[in-house]
Amino acid sequence: MTTTTTSTATAGTGAAERRRLVEDFAYRMRHHALNMGEVQGQGYVGQALGSADMFAAVYADQLVYRPEDPDWDGRDRFLLSTGHYAIGHYAALAQAGIVPIEELETYGSDDSRLPMSGMSTYTPGMEISGGSLGHGLPIAIGTALGLRHQGSPSRVINFMSDGELDEGSTWEAAMGAHHHGLGNLTVLVDINALQADGKTDTVMRTEPVADKWAASGWHVQRVDGNDVGQLLAAFDAVAQDAGPDARPSVILCDTRVGCGVPLLEEREKAHFMRIEEHEWKTCREQLTAGHEGATK
Amino acid sequence: MTTTPVKARLKTSAMIASFADPGQKTAPAPFGHALVKAAEENPAIVGLTADLGKYTDMHIFANAFPERFFQMGMAEQLLLGAAAGMAQTGLVPFASTYSVFAARRAYDFLALDAAEPNLNVNVVGGLPGLTTGYGPSHQATEDMAIFRGMPNLTIVDPCDSLDIEQAVPQLAASEGPTYLRLLRGNVPTVLDEYDYTFELGKAKVLRGGADVVFVSSGLMTMRALAAAKELAKHHVDVAVVHAPTIKPFDTETVLRELNTDRLAVTLENHSVVGGLFETVASAVVQSGVSKRVVPIALPDEFLQAGALPTLHDRYGLSVARIVEKVLGEL
Repeated sequence: MTTTTTSTATAGTGAAERRRLVEDFAYRMRHHALNMGEVQGQGYVGQALGSADMFAAVYADQLVYRPEDPDWDGRDRFLLSTGHYAIGHYAALAQAGIVPIEELETYGSDDSRLPMSGMSTYTPGMEISGGSLGHGLPIAIGTALGLRHQGSPSRVINFMSDGELDEGSTWEAAMGAHHHGLGNLTVLVDINALQADGKTDTVMRTEPVADKWAASGWHVQRVDGNDVGQLLAAFDAVAQDAGPDARPSVILCDTRVGCGVPLLEEREKAHFMRIEEHEWKTCREQLTAGHEGATK
Repeated sequence: MTTTPVKARLKTSAMIASFADPGQKTAPAPFGHALVKAAEENPAIVGLTADLGKYTDMHIFANAFPERFFQMGMAEQLLLGAAAGMAQTGLVPFASTYSVFAARRAYDFLALDAAEPNLNVNVVGGLPGLTTGYGPSHQATEDMAIFRGMPNLTIVDPCDSLDIEQAVPQLAASEGPTYLRLLRGNVPTVLDEYDYTFELGKAKVLRGGADVVFVSSGLMTMRALAAAKELAKHHVDVAVVHAPTIKPFDTETVLRELNTDRLAVTLENHSVVGGLFETVASAVVQSGVSKRVVPIALPDEFLQAGALPTLHDRYGLSVARIVEKVLGEL
């Protein structure tokens, strides 16, 4: 059986080893993201780099799935609400063995299975068609209800962005998840504090974010979303909170746009980051140097 | 205190008004009972509502299958998003709200979460067209116009209790999303007097006639049949074609009936924009048939509040107004 059940399966490997597996996964994801970005000459590379650790924690440590059978009934469901983060999701799907790594170079091209915005009808392992923001969480409520109704132990993880906190549907769903006691639902919010029109606090003030989720009846944690140790500890705390009276859980992840590539981390933040042709090589070199420095 | 004698006025602009004629045969909550029956045979069927279970006959299902009923609160975006999520897990959800909220408020959620991935999500919309005197907030006069543009979506506008009873299991069995224009409460039973069964995607000739051909959907088929009887008294022989499936539309049957020398009239409980009339008109034009078609439909306006019989008469949906219109055209 090739089921990947990493969360508990890797418990015996030691905390340091567990963390290293996730960090390596994230590092490879970031290279994939840069490669995809270079194909298009632009794209949501900043978001992909910033959220890579979150995706890596999910796919390398938490999610139960079968790479060779992405529609396997017993899988956990990972919903990408922010469709434009597909570049990051594809990087994770490739690293997880669900999408061939060679296929990543078709990202955003005609007839590719990897469109710019993630869609369930195009890509194996893509559960929903995101993109119209504020959809993932309502769908996740139905998925979690449906799985529980049918006696499935599978979990639902919804990945969303802080920009989606502007959408009313997010809060309809937040109330619904609490009302229905969906302990099988975990939400990751990528708080990069950046939206299409600028910084989140200038577009729509969403803080205090943690208080809002807590007031909606959720189990709330806020972590550095670029710190794998904190992410794994948060997932462990979600597992601790499980039980017959379990609440839905949200892990609020503060992240840095462009994380892992100093050139991009320092650049003026933009929703759609422009990277010049000659800069891609520098980006890759900086990413590799950073990772080697960290693992020495 | 003085009592002022006033002319008896039709009162009530209440939310729920009956459009059944006095003494007409009716069936209680045909949708709710049909859903229970379908659910007894198909364990995948579940019911959802957005705080309108009692008003969409979903409460019948909720009472019969409390563990298969999910209350989503007054949150229509959640309702349709969650229905899509449930369908992804293999369930067959029926999600009820008023048509105005499904069409105007939660369109994006039905479009992207259910229709684009072609999931078996069945939306049940109460108060379609002019079936409440409550005013524009609840009168879904343009729901079909809104929904007809949605790829993959099947749209059904049933006439009576028999149509609803027979449609529900077919909607559950059909792939992809559907929208049912619900008639709720004590719903007239009319079509049992004709050699008729509901078939998803099919229009049926209910009666023949040499002078006029009516093509109608929804409760206007009931009115069309009554108007045909009235017109017979004026020696006008009227055929009635019932087309409850608006999309995909049975172009073949309808064009066969229209492509004659008879006066062609469409009748619908919907705005003249974007509903049955324009569905028929586009089929006529695309086929190359040269034929004038007269619409009987609601005007392209936000309608007034008032008593339903008053409003049906005011906006041309009553039998008397249909008869008047047809006689004027002949």
